[in-house]
Amino acid sequence: MAQTLFEKLWQDHRVCDAGDGADLLAIDRLLLHERTGGVALKSLLENGYTVRDPARVYAIMDHIVSFAEGRKRDEARSPGGEAFITETRAMARSAGIHLIDTDSPEQGIVHVTAPEEGIVLPGFSVLCPDSHTCSLGALGAMAWGIGSSEAEHVMATGVLRATKPQQMRVRVIGELQPGCSAKDVALYLIAKHGAAGGKRCAIEFCGPVVEGLSIEGRLTLCNMAVEFAAYSAIIAPDEKVLDFILPRMDTSIVISAAQEHWANLVSDPDADFDYEIEIDAREIAPQISWGTTPEESFSLIERIPAAAAPKALEYMGLTAGQSLADLNIDGAFIGSCTNGRLSDLKAAADILRGRRVPKHVRAVCVPGSKAVRREAETLGIDEIFKQAGFEWGEPGCAMCFYAGGETFAPGARVVSSTNRNFEGRQGPGVRTHITSPVVVAACAVAGKICAPADLPVLEEAVV
Amino acid sequence: MPEPLKHHTGVVAVLMRDNIDTDQIIPSREMKTVSRSGLGQGLFAGWRYTNPATRTPNPGFVLNHEVQKAASILISGENFGCGSSREHAVWALQEFGFRVIIAKSFGEIFHGNCVRNGVLPITLSADLVDRLADLPIPATLTVDLEQQLIVTGRAADDPIRFEIGEFAKRLLVEGLDPIALTMTDQAKIEAFIERDGQRRPWVYSAA
Repeated sequence: MAQTLFEKLWQDHRVCDAGDGADLLAIDRLLLHERTGGVALKSLLENGYTVRDPARVYAIMDHIVSFAEGRKRDEARSPGGEAFITETRAMARSAGIHLIDTDSPEQGIVHVTAPEEGIVLPGFSVLCPDSHTCSLGALGAMAWGIGSSEAEHVMATGVLRATKPQQMRVRVIGELQPGCSAKDVALYLIAKHGAAGGKRCAIEFCGPVVEGLSIEGRLTLCNMAVEFAAYSAIIAPDEKVLDFILPRMDTSIVISAAQEHWANLVSDPDADFDYEIEIDAREIAPQISWGTTPEESFSLIERIPAAAAPKALEYMGLTAGQSLADLNIDGAFIGSCTNGRLSDLKAAADILRGRRVPKHVRAVCVPGSKAVRREAETLGIDEIFKQAGFEWGEPGCAMCFYAGGETFAPGARVVSSTNRNFEGRQGPGVRTHITSPVVVAACAVAGKICAPADLPVLEEAVV
Repeated sequence: MPEPLKHHTGVVAVLMRDNIDTDQIIPSREMKTVSRSGLGQGLFAGWRYTNPATRTPNPGFVLNHEVQKAASILISGENFGCGSSREHAVWALQEFGFRVIIAKSFGEIFHGNCVRNGVLPITLSADLVDRLADLPIPATLTVDLEQQLIVTGRAADDPIRFEIGEFAKRLLVEGLDPIALTMTDQAKIEAFIERDGQRRPWVYSAA
């Protein structure tokens, strides 16, 4: 029977029937972070279980590590957060799992580090107690976020009990317009079809625009699938994926056998999807959110709909019919598992070069991983950010979500390259507008909401 | 181990908004310890307190009302528990005293987290949820998980039938530990890994 790519992977990992329409699935890699990993490990050991195969479990410190330059080893960005770091480290060591510690050269946000370090390969089943795990589907892996108890279950048993989700295909046709990237595609999709539009579906992204995206762009697109209520997201692995992973793979792997397997990782031509959506990238202009869910997004030139939710408008300090253009901002953040990779920083730096953030705006860039930070520094990108007036942080989730501790002031209007604009997400009362890194950069230097194309042309070329 | 849940009668609290995410249920700043307990105080902290730091109650919030303070059944809108996968959201609801959540739909991860922690998530049609939400205060409901029925206690109301997966029902009714249950399939798991190691050696060799 014809199968979708996701269904093939599901079958590949299916151990047995688990009743009630569910299956036990073999899990190839489990990723943990200090926010939920320490809890899961502790609870597992307290309940008298052990980690079945520690060599396939990774703990990576990212959620509440400090992003202050020159941070100390256990320094957290939230009060009392040190305990999560030290506890997760101790638990990881006693369980014998891999540990990518705060001071490891590989450290970074789990969804940035895992692809970089070759931890995730096409065809793998990968889980992490973090909702943005669907990012990793960009490499052709079957990946999704789970709860702490499920992580415990996977550690103890090597399997997850799960019910196969419905299948959705999202085809992106046309071509990306100037100033647009994967983030704009994602926000457009969510705004058009609603934050629950992909509910309980494993989404396969395909079409010429998706094929044309870099691996980093694909990671961004798949990352945002959970904001579309998707169960998981996946893109069929192609030459680009192979070029990305081959240099990162463990040298002990016999590549020929793996490659043969990967060649089959594509939906059958006559595979049946429960839902099909097609969007045309020619209709997508640079997007930004105006409300308090990612579906409350639109292109920068639109006006807030008359039927906008009053609660969202009140929180955001906006009125129906209003345009966001020229609205003053107080903060700008570039980073996160959505848009904290090298290409994101490069694109933002192209806007920032020769420009300066006004004094009243706090602008922060936190590279997604140490590797991204190192590469950016080699290219001199850090200097561009710093000269523009950006803080240059140590890798981690940073200001994507508030964890107590220091943040923007209540009521502050912040443009952010992150994934969620929920109430309080970046701090009590903080008004978050999610958008692409280039729009964040443009807004930062303008001190107000605008598109890169609206910026005054620089008088002389600055090297 | 979760407590078994066969029947439950309790006071209802209504939070009729769509897309209540786990950041609202338990703000990240409230997750202070590497532990499952101590989260009840932080439940809905951003709405429940005018100042979360001093715990000054917001008199307008439903869980601060005299009757609903004791609520154990929560009614909400679409996509309840969307957003971050933090299981702390369920632990916080549970510690506050909630055993049943009735919503128009649930965030996928949150739904699973409820079942594993002994909290019953019930999905009903928007009409039915709105009807229950409109019951005069103070409202109590009786949920019979074995029969899959919700009873309002008013003679005029027919019992409402709800659907739930057999496995979820069994876990909740019996208060089972999912790990122990899976361990009963240990032999099948070992056999699969043995076979899979031949077929996809790179999954195991590179670890």
